[in-house]
Amino acid sequence: MKYTIKKDPHEDERVQKIIEISGQNIFSCYQCGRCSSGCPMAEFMDVLPNQVFMFLQEGDVDTLLNAKTPWICAACFTCTVRCPVGLDLAAVMEAIRELQLRKNYDYVDPYKVEDREELPPIAMVSNFRKFTP
Amino acid sequence: MAMKRIGVFICHCGRNIAGTVDVKRVAEEIGKREDVAFSTTYVFMCSQPGQKLIEDSVKKYNLDGVVVANCSPTLHEKTMRNAAARAGLNPYRVEIANIREWAAWPHEDNPDAATRKAIRIINATIEKLKANASLEPIEVPVIRRALVIGGGVAGMQAALDIADSGIETILVEKEATIGGNMFRLSETFPTLDCPQCILTPKMNDVAAHPNIKLYTYSEVEDVEGFMGNFKVKIKKKATFVDWDKCTGCGECLRVCPAHADSEFDLKMAKRTSIYIANEQAVPLKALIDENSCIRLQFEKKVKEGKIKPKKNVKICSKCADVCEPNAIHFQNNEEIVEEEVGAIIVATGYEVMPAEAFPELGGKYPDVITSLQFERLLAPSGPTAGIPRRPSDGKVPESIAFVHCVGSRDPQNGVPYCSRICCMYTIKQAMLVKHAMHDAAVYDFYIDIRSNGKGYEEFYHRAKEEYGVNFIRGKVSKVYKVGDKYRVQGVDTLTGRIVEVDVDMVVLATAAKGSSTVKEIAKKLRIPYDEWGWLKETHLKLKPLETPVGGVFIAGAAQFIKDITDSVSQGSGAAAKVMALLSKPELEKEPLLAKVDPEICAGCGRCKDQCAYDAITIDPVRHVSVVNEALCEGCGACSANCPTTAIQVVNFKKGQVVRAIDVLAEVF
Ligand SMILES: Cc1cc2nc3c(=O)[nH]c(=O)nc-3n(C[C@H](O)[C@H](O)[C@H](O)COP(=O)(O)OP(=O)(O)OC[C@H]3O[C@@H](n4cnc5c(N)ncnc54)[C@H](O)[C@@H]3O)c2cc1C
Ligand code: SF4
Ligand code: SF4
Ligand code: SF4
Ligand code: SF4
Repeated sequence: MKYTIKKDPHEDERVQKIIEISGQNIFSCYQCGRCSSGCPMAEFMDVLPNQVFMFLQEGDVDTLLNAKTPWICAACFTCTVRCPVGLDLAAVMEAIRELQLRKNYDYVDPYKVEDREELPPIAMVSNFRKFTP
Repeated sequence: MAMKRIGVFICHCGRNIAGTVDVKRVAEEIGKREDVAFSTTYVFMCSQPGQKLIEDSVKKYNLDGVVVANCSPTLHEKTMRNAAARAGLNPYRVEIANIREWAAWPHEDNPDAATRKAIRIINATIEKLKANASLEPIEVPVIRRALVIGGGVAGMQAALDIADSGIETILVEKEATIGGNMFRLSETFPTLDCPQCILTPKMNDVAAHPNIKLYTYSEVEDVEGFMGNFKVKIKKKATFVDWDKCTGCGECLRVCPAHADSEFDLKMAKRTSIYIANEQAVPLKALIDENSCIRLQFEKKVKEGKIKPKKNVKICSKCADVCEPNAIHFQNNEEIVEEEVGAIIVATGYEVMPAEAFPELGGKYPDVITSLQFERLLAPSGPTAGIPRRPSDGKVPESIAFVHCVGSRDPQNGVPYCSRICCMYTIKQAMLVKHAMHDAAVYDFYIDIRSNGKGYEEFYHRAKEEYGVNFIRGKVSKVYKVGDKYRVQGVDTLTGRIVEVDVDMVVLATAAKGSSTVKEIAKKLRIPYDEWGWLKETHLKLKPLETPVGGVFIAGAAQFIKDITDSVSQGSGAAAKVMALLSKPELEKEPLLAKVDPEICAGCGRCKDQCAYDAITIDPVRHVSVVNEALCEGCGACSANCPTTAIQVVNFKKGQVVRAIDVLAEVF
């Protein structure tokens, strides 16, 4: 695995966008890991919450846009309550979701979903949410 | 007579000032003033040639006043005044115009404005300077005795050093023994010395030193006076035992039926109601804890009328019955003594946050304790004789988890700073567990290992390589009970996995804070402290032992948490400061003090009410205000409140200040 830092992550537009949407200074994370150790969903995530911040601090937004983590996050706010430096992680997770949605990434056509009669309505609702710009 | 031949010296401070402020233009503008005889710039005014420039110019142009426009006067006011004095100019005819912090630095983005502001600041300073009087320093006599507050390792070191120099030193310790927190420790990193073995010689030296007067179980009640001349009231708390008679034999402890938590063992053990702080206490004397003693509680209730004593009832006096020298008298022997000293060192040390403050980390369970409590369980002289046992059931733990940074580096729930010593003592404790119980599993949950001292990093590597301690990088978020065990829920941020482990005991490296008594003592001494109870030094880098109050110094963990090496060094450092101060028969004091014009003063006393230093009295006969020069600090609170301008601070007279403000306040 190798990642080449091409420009100062502080100047990266998408990192700045995430900071703007979430209102959080993602650079204040000092990697203590407390968000991850308390997160009820962490064991199902492909990128741990603290790693989300490290990817952002390295300017690697692509990895996060391809990760499952932001969608597995239950927005339970446990991390937000516990973060020693007061970062609202739940808001950052939401900002990543927003970024992904605005790209119409992971586009799903409901009419092409098989067995859609049997799907729970909530699944459809969250699917539609992905259409919102 | 207003000055007419002023010299103005504008410093470039390398590029610090000249990079923003157009110093040439400033010199030209200022040079146009009629009262300015000479105006110039120089690259570094504080350098030796810079000072020489002042000396030469004073002589050459026969200057009667000098303004140096450079950095803050806290840095170089003295330098410049001394330079002028060498050329025969009264040093109080020199003023500093701070154009670096006030003009260059804040307006880096606007050089033109910075330049105009610099001119404005210098003009205002000249207006102030013009009416300055020539002054001579005031001399005050010095009492050649010192007071040290706090008998931990820092305070003891300071007292011993000062006493060795032949100066009588008073050491006040609030507990019943000296030794402080170091005496509680098991072994010390990074050498694994036995702290009791290396500290008892010092404690005995303190007790036996002909120049040290020791007050244990005592507190400073009140401090009056000023540098060189402090009057201190010390409260010797009630012990109910005559310490002149008590031999420390400990017979009484064997018979006392009442118990309470041991202060020394931090609740890890009980002690009897009559107790000796610990087996090696200095002084080795018994005292009674009023709140748990059966007899004293009974007497108290009778006094308050809560119970009526029946006749012929024998209330407990078991300790007194066995005490051979008849030392136990049950009388409240609280006493206030007065001492006069010339200098004071505050070495009141630190405390750690209690485990109970962290319920999410299991602080509510008996087997989840602080590291300082765990020191007692690891100490060979402690309640478990060095083999830790669980407080809940006395079982020897087979597995232990250590958690770093509990409350530290956590501005949301604790303190923002790193407590600095916990990485090292946690590693030490992990090693000592392995010494005591070879097969015990040890898990050390850390965020970063901070091992920045001589031999510290090597010590950490020994724990990893030789002792088999498991280090896991990630902050624990939860500790909860599962059956007989405690589940520690953490993360390994390096592999990116959630980590769980079940252990018998959990040790929390809780954040250090200043002594809880610090606020009280700091107020009595009028020295500043921060919101976490650390005493504030005058300058973090260059005056770490000084306080803004002359003659009062700080040392050891009272300034900020530190290890033994650093605490001892600071103790010696503060002692050197005190010795230097007390080596002179008289002290010089800045003459910039309040002065009363008795012709104008109406004796209303408003100044007296404002003075924080109790420097003002109202003469009952003449009915005017009188300033004690030795006490006055020249703060000006009195003068700001005087309705008639009768009381004014010399060289800060109302006219001077108002003229300076007029210049500064002109439309820019
Ligand atoms: C768990 C733990 C383990 C440690 N292990 C090590 C180690 O292995 N090696 C190492 O180098 N350092 C270690 N330390 C640090 C060490 O304890 C300190 O460096 C040292 O004790 C500081 O000494 P001190 O004299 O400044 O303060 P303290 O030891 O705190 O002494 C202060 C003294 O002042 C007294 N006092 C407080 N207020 C007043 C008052 N108002 N009036 C009168 N007296 C007062 C107190 O009762 C106390 O006796 C450890 C610390 C902890 C918490
Ligand atoms: S809890 Fe906060 S500081 Fe700690 S790793 Fe998570 S985001 Fe960073
Ligand atoms: S009188 Fe003496 S023996 Fe009895 S409880 Fe009090 S201290 Fe203990
Ligand atoms: S010394 Fe180590 S354990 Fe203590 S606060 Fe600093 S990093 Fe955390
Ligand atoms: S200047 Fe006035 S208020 Fe301040 S210390 Fe002196 S007498 Fe007291």
